[in-house]
Amino acid sequence: MEQNVIIELKNISVAFGDNQVLKDLNLSIRDKEFITLLGPSGCGKTTTLRIIAGFMHPDEGDVIFEGKKINSIPPHKRHVNTIFQRYALFPHLNVYENVAFGLRIKKMPEKQIKEKVEEMLSIVNLKGFNKRSINSLSGGQQQRVAIARALAVDPKVLLLDEPLGALDLKLRKDMQVELKNIQQRLGITFIYVTHDQEEALSMSDTVVVMDGGVIQQIGTPIDIYNEPKNAFVADFIGESNIIDGIMREDYSVDFSGNNFKCLDSGFAKNEAVDVVVRPEDVDIVSPEKGMLTGIVTSVTFKGVHFEIIVDIKGFKWMIQTTDFHPEGVEIGLFIEPDAIHIMKKSEYSGMFGDYSSFSEEFDELSVLDEEAE
Amino acid sequence: MRNQSALRSKLVSSPYILWAILFIIAPMIFVVYYSFTTASGDFTLDNIKFLSKYLPTFLRSIWFGIVATLICLLIAFPTSYIISQKSDKMQRTLILLVMLPMWMSFLIRTYSWMAILQDTGLINSFLIKIGIDPVHMINTGGAVILGMVYNFLPYMIMPIYSVMAKLDFSMIEACQDLGGNKINVIRRCIIPLSMPGIVSGITMVFVPSVSTFYISQKLGGGSFDLIGDVIERQFQQSYNYNLGASLSLVLMILILVCMAVMNRFSGDEGEMVI
Repeated sequence: MEQNVIIELKNISVAFGDNQVLKDLNLSIRDKEFITLLGPSGCGKTTTLRIIAGFMHPDEGDVIFEGKKINSIPPHKRHVNTIFQRYALFPHLNVYENVAFGLRIKKMPEKQIKEKVEEMLSIVNLKGFNKRSINSLSGGQQQRVAIARALAVDPKVLLLDEPLGALDLKLRKDMQVELKNIQQRLGITFIYVTHDQEEALSMSDTVVVMDGGVIQQIGTPIDIYNEPKNAFVADFIGESNIIDGIMREDYSVDFSGNNFKCLDSGFAKNEAVDVVVRPEDVDIVSPEKGMLTGIVTSVTFKGVHFEIIVDIKGFKWMIQTTDFHPEGVEIGLFIEPDAIHIMKKSEYSGMFGDYSSFSEEFDELSVLDEEAE
Repeated sequence: MRNQSALRSKLVSSPYILWAILFIIAPMIFVVYYSFTTASGDFTLDNIKFLSKYLPTFLRSIWFGIVATLICLLIAFPTSYIISQKSDKMQRTLILLVMLPMWMSFLIRTYSWMAILQDTGLINSFLIKIGIDPVHMINTGGAVILGMVYNFLPYMIMPIYSVMAKLDFSMIEACQDLGGNKINVIRRCIIPLSMPGIVSGITMVFVPSVSTFYISQKLGGGSFDLIGDVIERQFQQSYNYNLGASLSLVLMILILVCMAVMNRFSGDEGEMVI
C-alpha cells in the first residue's frame, strides 16, 4: 500500500434490489489529491461518494480510512464532509449560523467559533454576509455557504456531489477555478462527483471514469483523454471517431480500407481493435493528397471551429477544422501517427464513435432523459 | 375599465364580506356590547368586576389546556416523524387511521369514553374479572385531559406531519455530516424545521381545549368546571347574556395573549422553544 493513501475502497459491491449499483469496486485515494468520479447518471458515482460519507453501507467490501476499517462508523464520526447536490443549507438559520453549525455541535467556545466562521466566509468571498438569510442568497452564494460550512469543521476529505450542477455556465467556470484554488490552498483531499467531462478534466489530479457500477479507467486527465482504455471512455471524454481496425503488426494498423502508421504496439498479429481518432487531430487536405477521402454531409459553426461530418465508406467521421468546407464537397483526410490511438476490443465496441445518427438535438434529448431518471 | 373591474371584484367578494359581517363581526360587536351593559342596556363594569369570582375556573381551563396541548405534542411529534418516514402508501394509510375517529361525532366519541372509564365500565369490569381492585377514573381531572388529548390529537398530528413529510432528507444528512448525533439531529434540525407545524398544531389544540365544555361535563362530572361550562350555563340556564359575553370576551383575549406569546417564541430564531 502506498504511504499517503487516505481512503481505500476494497471490493465494494452494492445492490438495490435487482439493480447492481457497484460491482467489486477498488479505489485508492491519495491524501491531498483532487480526484473526480466521472460518469453518466446511474453509473454508481454518487453511491460511491455516499459510501465514503457513511450514508450508505456496502453489501460487500471494506471502506478503509487512514488504514482503519470504518464500515460501521456512522457519518457524524467520520472526518469527511459533504457538499450536497442542492447544498442542504438550513433555511431556519442565517449564513453565520449555518457555517457555525458544525462548530456548535463540537461545543467550541463562542470566540473561536466567531474567528473560524469569519475565516471561512473570507475564504469563500462572502465577508459581511453573516446576517443574511439563506433564501435571500443566489445559487452561487448558497454554494459558497455550503463550502464554508463543510470546511469550517476541518475535514480531512471533502466530498462534493455535483456541486456546480445548479449553476449557470459562467458561474460554473468561475467556481471551478475557485474550488481548485481552495483545494490547493487548504491541502484537503477533494473527492468530486460529476457527469461533466470538461469539469473533470480541468479540475482534477486524477479522474476515475465509471459506468455500470464499474471503474472503466483511472488516470490523469491527460492520460484519460489521450489514452482511453475502451470505446466508452473515448466517447464519454470529448468527441471521438471510433473505427473498427485490424492491427497488422506493431506500429501498423488497417482501418477504413487503408494502412496507417501508429505509435501503439503490444497487440497480437491481426488482432481486431478499436481505433480512436479525435476530431481535432485530423488534417483536411485536397482529395488527391488524402489518406482517406469522403464527402462532407453537414457543417456546423461552433465559434472556435467548424464541426463537419464526413462520410467515409459509409462511416461518418466528425472533424473539427477552422477552414470552411461546404456540404457535398469531397475532401481528403490526413492523419498523423500520433493522432491514432488503438484500444483493445471491449463490451463497448461498436456502441460509440459513429456520427451517423449525430445531431445536437438528439444529444440534448438524451441528457434530458438521463436527468428525468 | 378600471372602475368596472373594481366593481366586479367588489361584487365577487360581496358574499364573503356579507358573511363575515353577519357571522363574525356582528357577533363580536354584540359580545363587546353585552359585556359592558346591564340586562336593561345601561353601561356597566359590573360584569367585568364579577369575573374575579371565576378566576380559579379560568386558571384551571388554561392549565388543563396547557397540559393537554403538551401531551398531544409529546405524542404527535414522534408519531408524525415515524409516519413521515414510511413509504407513500403506508403514509396515506396511517394518516387515514389518524383521521378515522374524526369521521364520528365528537359527542359519541366522548360518550364512548364515559362507557370505558366508568366505575362499572369496560376497564374496571376487566380489572375486577382478573381480580384487581377497580380504579376510579371517571370524573377526575385526568379523565378530562384524556378526553381533550383524544379528541384533539389529530389536529396536532396533521400540521406537524404535513411539514415533516416535506422535510428535505438531505438536511438531516447534512446535520449528521457536520458531526450531529441523533439528539443533535432532532434538536438542531428536525424540531426547528418542523416549527411551523408545531406552532399551528399547538394553536389548533390549545384553543379548543381551553374553551371546551362538553368534555369536562361528561368526563369531569361537573366537578371540573372549565370556563366553557360557565359560559354555556350563563346562556343556557341563567340567561345572563351579559356575564356570559364578558366571560367570552376575557377568554378570547386570554387566548390571543397565549397565541401571541407562542408566536413570539416561534419567530425566526425559534431554536430554543422546547
